[in-house]
Amino acid sequence: MALFLMRRVLTMVLTALCLTFVVFFLTNLPPNLEKLAKSEAGSRISDAEVASWLEKNGHGRPLLVRYGEWLGVVPGWTREEDGKATGRCLTPGVDPAEAPRFCGVLQGNWGYSSFFKAPVGEKLRYHLSLTGVLMFWVIVLMVPASLLIGVLAGMREGSKLDRSLSTFSIASTATPEYVSGVILIFVFASSAVGLKWFKGTATAAMDGVTFDNFFLPVLTIALYGVGYIARMTRASMTEVMTAQYIRTARLKGVSFGGVVMKHALRNALIAPFTVIMLQFPWLLNGVVIVETLFNYKGFGWTLVQAAGNNDIQLLLGCSVVAVAVVLVTQLISDVGYVFLNPRIRIS
Amino acid sequence: MDAIGWGTILLTLLLRFWPVWLALVLTFAVSARYRRRLGLYGRLFDSTIGMVGFGLVMFWVFTALFSDLIVTHDVLSQISQMKNKPPGSAVPDGTAWYLLGGDHLGRDVFSRMVAGSRIVIAIAPLATLFAFMAGITLGLPAGYYGGRLDTVLSFLANLILAFPVILLFYLLVTPEIAATGLPQYLAIVLFLFPLVFLAVLVNSRYYVTPAFRTKVLAVILVLGGYIYLALVGEAGTKVALLPEAADIIHVPGNILIVFVSVVFVNAPTVFRIVRGITLDIKTRDYVAAAQTRGERPWYIMLWEILPNARGPLIVDFCLRIGYTTILLGTLGFFGLGLSPESPDWGSTINAGRKLLTIAPHPAIVPAIALMSMVLGLNLLADGLREESLKD
Repeated sequence: MALFLMRRVLTMVLTALCLTFVVFFLTNLPPNLEKLAKSEAGSRISDAEVASWLEKNGHGRPLLVRYGEWLGVVPGWTREEDGKATGRCLTPGVDPAEAPRFCGVLQGNWGYSSFFKAPVGEKLRYHLSLTGVLMFWVIVLMVPASLLIGVLAGMREGSKLDRSLSTFSIASTATPEYVSGVILIFVFASSAVGLKWFKGTATAAMDGVTFDNFFLPVLTIALYGVGYIARMTRASMTEVMTAQYIRTARLKGVSFGGVVMKHALRNALIAPFTVIMLQFPWLLNGVVIVETLFNYKGFGWTLVQAAGNNDIQLLLGCSVVAVAVVLVTQLISDVGYVFLNPRIRIS
Repeated sequence: MDAIGWGTILLTLLLRFWPVWLALVLTFAVSARYRRRLGLYGRLFDSTIGMVGFGLVMFWVFTALFSDLIVTHDVLSQISQMKNKPPGSAVPDGTAWYLLGGDHLGRDVFSRMVAGSRIVIAIAPLATLFAFMAGITLGLPAGYYGGRLDTVLSFLANLILAFPVILLFYLLVTPEIAATGLPQYLAIVLFLFPLVFLAVLVNSRYYVTPAFRTKVLAVILVLGGYIYLALVGEAGTKVALLPEAADIIHVPGNILIVFVSVVFVNAPTVFRIVRGITLDIKTRDYVAAAQTRGERPWYIMLWEILPNARGPLIVDFCLRIGYTTILLGTLGFFGLGLSPESPDWGSTINAGRKLLTIAPHPAIVPAIALMSMVLGLNLLADGLREESLKD
């Protein structure tokens, strides 16, 4: 088990390094840097001035060195000019001799957001906490609903209940967030239909979550995931329901409800666990769309702003978070699967 | 001329789609007549779900084909008095109606929705096909040979899969990245796979009849190679492979970028599916028989394993077209890639969502169109799966 875990973690770290390097490469291409220089130093500067600005701010060095600096394994650049030292790790007002040599992501220094004019770490923490609230309610709504639908549908394969619930699952997987969000706003929040039960934006939810300003975004994200998890649960439930021990329990005289609750449910819920964990990366997608649609300033909204405004440091920070979410959930799903299912042997 | 009510609108809509109904009735009549001789496709007409899905998909395919006959207005012409007008409003000169209303620039929502189907129908299946070619060409040897090749390819596939899709799109589909020519370099790699796939397919099958094989191979390589060069290169960009006079296929730059990124996102999943199936099938007796016969590895992969893996692959193909449609919509929704003028469904939803609470119809119409098409593909896949499991 320890060996399995170690190998998984090692692959994970390697993947994370590769991915962050790719993002670093793509965000630090010459056109991006030129745009950054122009937005920082004035849009009408000449090409020579762009080059000297980049050189002065440490962007002129080889890509691998800059990546190492950003990561915090290569000492940050320093520069002496007119007796004044500037550098990656130097903050104005602090003695250069006392400044740390390394300052990258590993040291907790995430850089400075050029669009929001604030440290990236601080910015990310605030917006991530907002998204955390959203995710929490999505999970609260999505997981029980999808398990219930899946179990009810898989209980009696081919019944009317199964048919209608399965069709609902297919319909929900066929409706991406930007479609269901638009339709939900139209039905429940627009003046055209006139129900106006909920609010069409979630901006107010950033100060305090209430049912009417938060239900629609949560429902929009949850709907897309429900169908998939329900289908997986249904598949595993139908498989369990045909097993010998279920038949034995039924012949023994246990009621149908008792069989489902006591015998089938536990075994049927192993497979959906993996699926739910692997849904997290998808939720991330949904979060970006829904936060844009409902104007909720969480992580997804930050990512869109960072990408749209060429905010290199913030975009790098966002991608670290996104990649970490994907990799950690993959790890949990693998390890959890082994724990839940003793029939799997790993060596 | 007065505005018309919902009854008249629906009736006019039904009439506007007459070429589609005609084509649908013909397709269903012919297919149902000969369904016993059409294999898996014919058996689709035994399952209600499959038939409904097939009908929905073909509805959009025919709409895309006949979109010039169906549209009522030019997709780009703006009539300023028609801004955000509700469905059924008459245009000022009194000659026609905006059947499903006008959008925020005074364009006809109905015509744009119909014209948008053409973009989706043109890109989604083709991009999925390319992703399948890449996934199959790499997945078969990874599963068949295993070992280090498998380790490296699987690691690369997982690398791409661990990338959040939206982030990848934002990184690939920005003007700055496009200026560096990166999407075109990606196209050079990804568009090579169909060519390699076809060449290896023919070569492994007709290896024993060299005269015939050489002829077919020459045709494939010359014709395919020319199309490849014309598709990938574009005079005046970073990758100018052919001189302008010889380059007959002009893919607009942003369409190419969208196409490439969608293929790039889909290929690793196909790779994983193909690899998984290959690992399973290669233990079968008929593979061992072929090996004993002395067949070459690529023959076994492409002519023994692949045909036996077709069931799950066809089902996944349908699902994946739907997923690609969703991805295209996502790109449009974030205003990436396609021009804002473009009538594709994602972009129109994006344009319409700002006024959603006041004038919802510009966003609702393409939203429902997209949903019905993806739903159709999902139902079709479900029907195919059910029917292919029967034997």
